[in-house]
Formats: sequence, C-alpha cells, structure tokens
Amino acid sequence: MLENKGRPNRLGVKGWLGGGRWGFERYLYALHRLTGLALLAYFVMHIVVTSSRAFGENAWTSAMGLVKGPLFSMGEFLVFAAFAFHAVNGIRLALVELGFAIGHPIEPVYPYRTSVDEQRPLAIGVMILAAILAIVGGIGFLK
Amino acid sequence: MADHTVTSEVVFRIRRFDPTTDADPHWEDYRFPCPPGMTVLEGLKQIKESLSPTLAWRSSCRMGVCGSCGMFINGRPRLACNTQVSELESSLITVAPLPNFNIIRDLVPDLIPMFKAHAETQPYIIRDDTNEQQQPTGEYWQSAHQLEQYLQFSYCIKCGCCMAACPTYATDPVYAGPMPLAQAHRYNSDSRDGGFAARKQVLSGERGPWRCHFAGECSRVCPKGVDPARAIQLMKRQLVFDYLKLGKQKCPASIAKVPDGLKRREGIPETPPRTI
Amino acid sequence: MRDQRLWTWHIGAGAVILVLLGLHMTVMHLDAIVRIFNPAPGEPVDWANVVARSKSVFFLVTYVLLLGTALFHGFYGLRNILFELNPGAPAKKAMNGLFLVAGLVLFAIGTWAAWAGFTVARSA
Repeated sequence: MLENKGRPNRLGVKGWLGGGRWGFERYLYALHRLTGLALLAYFVMHIVVTSSRAFGENAWTSAMGLVKGPLFSMGEFLVFAAFAFHAVNGIRLALVELGFAIGHPIEPVYPYRTSVDEQRPLAIGVMILAAILAIVGGIGFLK
Repeated sequence: MADHTVTSEVVFRIRRFDPTTDADPHWEDYRFPCPPGMTVLEGLKQIKESLSPTLAWRSSCRMGVCGSCGMFINGRPRLACNTQVSELESSLITVAPLPNFNIIRDLVPDLIPMFKAHAETQPYIIRDDTNEQQQPTGEYWQSAHQLEQYLQFSYCIKCGCCMAACPTYATDPVYAGPMPLAQAHRYNSDSRDGGFAARKQVLSGERGPWRCHFAGECSRVCPKGVDPARAIQLMKRQLVFDYLKLGKQKCPASIAKVPDGLKRREGIPETPPRTI
Repeated sequence: MRDQRLWTWHIGAGAVILVLLGLHMTVMHLDAIVRIFNPAPGEPVDWANVVARSKSVFFLVTYVLLLGTALFHGFYGLRNILFELNPGAPAKKAMNGLFLVAGLVLFAIGTWAAWAGFTVARSA
C-alpha cells in the first residue's frame, strides 16, 4: 500500500463560501453562519446595554442615548434582517435536518430528483417570508 | 452554436504535480482535436498517448460504475468517464484532482482517509445470529417497501465526489463525510441489520452527522443519485428520536423458513444434485 | 454521546427562541403593525414602556428563558464553527471551557439585570 501521505489539498474556509458553481442551499448555509455570528455578537452587546435598566430611568435613558443615530439605526435594521433570515431559514433547517420535507428514499432514475430538489419549494418560500419580515420590520426603522 | 458532428480543438488545462520533482502543483495546457462524443477520460488518454506520457490518473471501467475517476472538472467534482467534453460547453476544460484529499500525484487523490472513515462505521450487516450467517438455513424476510428504505443509498460507488463537494469536509478532517455517513445509514435502515447500537458508538460523537448543515452539495454532485444528504438527515432523525426515546425499537428481519406440511406440486422435477 | 445530545438541545433551543424572540421582535420592532405590551404612547424603548414590561412576572420569566436558550444556542453554534476549523485537542478543551464560562457569566448578568429591573419597576 502506498505510504505516501501526499500533498494537502483541502479547500479550507473557501470551501464554505463556494465558488459560483455551487447551489442555492450552499449559499443559504454560508449566510446562516454569517447571520448567526452577527446575531451572537450583537446579543452579547445587547445584554450589557439593556442591563442598564436595573439602575433606573437615568441610566436607561443615557444608555439609549449612546445607541441613537442613523448609523445605529442602520445597524439595528441589519440585525433585524439577520434575525428574519436566520429564524426562518432555521425553521427550514430544523424541518429538513429532522428528515421532514426531503422526501423518501427512491430508486434513483436519471435525471435524479434529490432531497435538495424536494425541499427547494420550502427554501424559496422561506426566503420570501424572510424578505417580507425584513421589509415589514424595516418600516419601523424608517421613523 | 457548437456543431456536435464536427471535430474541434479543445484545451485541457490540467493540474500537474510530480512529488519527486515539483515543489507545488501547477497548471499545464494541452491542445488537441476533440471528436464528437469524447469524454474527459478519453481526452486524458489522448494526452498521455501523444502529448505527455507522464500524466497520471485513476480509471478503470470507463462507464461510471467503478468510482475510480472522480476529478474536479470545470469547478465541479465529476466522474471523468461520465463527463462529455461537449456537455461542459467550453473549449477550455480544467481538470484538477478531487479537492479535500491529499494529492499523491497529478490527478491521483489519497482516498485512504475516506475509506478509513467508511470502515469505522461498520458498513456490513450486524446480527446476533452468527450461526445462521455462517450456515444459512433460509433467506431473511424483506418486503419491497423495506428494500426501498435503503436501496437508493446502496448504489454508492465510493468515488469521493461528495466528499470533495462538502463544505464541512473542506475544513474538518474529523467529520466523517457524506459517503461514510450515507453508507452507515444504508445499513442502519436495512431491515435485516441489528447493528444500530454498535454504530451509534461512533455516530453519536464528533464523527457523526452533527457537522452536516445541509448545504446539499453532496447530493447535487453524486453521479449515481445516491443522495447522501437525504441519508444523513434521516440518520439525524433516527439518532435524535433514539436520544429522546421516541419511536419503536425494530427487531432485525427474521428468517423466511418454508412452512411445514407443504407438498410439492405434481409434475415438477427434483433439483439436480449439488455440485459443491 | 455528547454531540448527539447537544445537537438535539440546539434544535430545541432554536424552536424556543423562535417563539420568544419572535415575541420580543414583535413588541420592539413591529409596533407599527401590531402594538402589544407597549401601554404607554411613544417608542417601545421609552422608559414608561420598559417599566411596564419589567414589572411583569411574565416578562421576567420569558426574558430569563430567552437569555438562557439564546446563549446556549449561540455559543454552541460558535463552538461548532470553530471546531470545524480543526483545532488541536488542547484548543478544543480551552474553547469548551471558555464558552461555558462566558455563557454562564452573561446569563448571570442578564438574570441579575432582569431581577433588578423587576424590583426597580415594582417599586416605582
């Protein structure tokens, strides 16, 4: 048997991002990761900022004063949009990864209809719902 | 519009790497005539015969059943024998070894880690009745519906295209990968098998399906329609229901013994004597 | 083993967060469409509305629940992403410890703030 370990050839983090030839669901996967990280970062800051309410009205008002302004508003809208996507895509992932909406094993006949094709309507529906939610939530930020 | 009856020229841009002489892999171009219907594998043979005798790759059956010739062709893992040059709709064909595996030489990947992960999942029927398996007295009952639960996953030819496409496997060698997991599920969902508890030892830990996030690329690139993504999600379902103690415990299939008291129909000749 | 259990809880936590964070987002950002739990006029982040929510036991309980599940869900996700980059065994142990500690510390801060806010609101 060949003992030669060979030259490493893993795609690395580039493999997470795809290369333009990959499918819709792979980009949803990358976006789900990105929004998850963004939401976690925001959440940690959010816990600290909103805990100011324990110190009374003045503390709360000054904390809210810190996070006012168009830049923060834009940021918070992005967080809301990230939540809309992550939540609704998360519903799809929870359903699919528990074996629903992907169809039963079938005799493969070319052209193959895979589990990815079976859940595609759900993925499209989820994206439309996320867009609607983000737009509806965005109305509040226009004020 | 490409005329599929005319021989045109094509350029194969191949990722070459000779570990004895090269420091790094590099691209090399080979231009040659491409008759209609030529596959990428035939193109490689043409190059080896007339342009570069040192080109190395794996192939065997040349008809998409052995799984040897998995390569990264025009940005997608495919079987070279199954891919016609004309279907790629380009006069530049890039051929690289399957990503996510070490390169041994030129287009030859080191598939040993995949086979090791496969062996770890115990991809064979595990039953208690070892005597029956050594000296079978009858066949095991299995309905057509039960067969359908795993048949799709049994078509795997172990080509490694799914492993090359998987985003998790791109960064994480601990993750077993779509092929070993789909094959583990092929046996877990086989009604003749009783080895779920044994395989669970491996599958409930880091080597299990938990790092699959349903990018679905494995199923999209599989040349045999095995749909490993489906197998992995069904496996997660099975493991979660097992953790939550939902769902019934299924016994492995019983032996189909011929009922007693049956008489042979008139006029049927006896079986010839055994030759072994 | 651990991964099987943790993943199941991760999905369960996701379902819980869907409901609770959905409620939170509706209260805070969808007030133009459906105004709930915002008795005082003005923005949902105005002190009057914050006090009205803080003094309710329902919000105390659901905020703490949301805090716990979201911290678990988020840190497990982060752990997953970092573990998929194939760190060495000591790094993995360190990360497990770090995320556990960070999660518990943030949970403590948030629970304290919810409780303190509850008492402040009740006494106002």
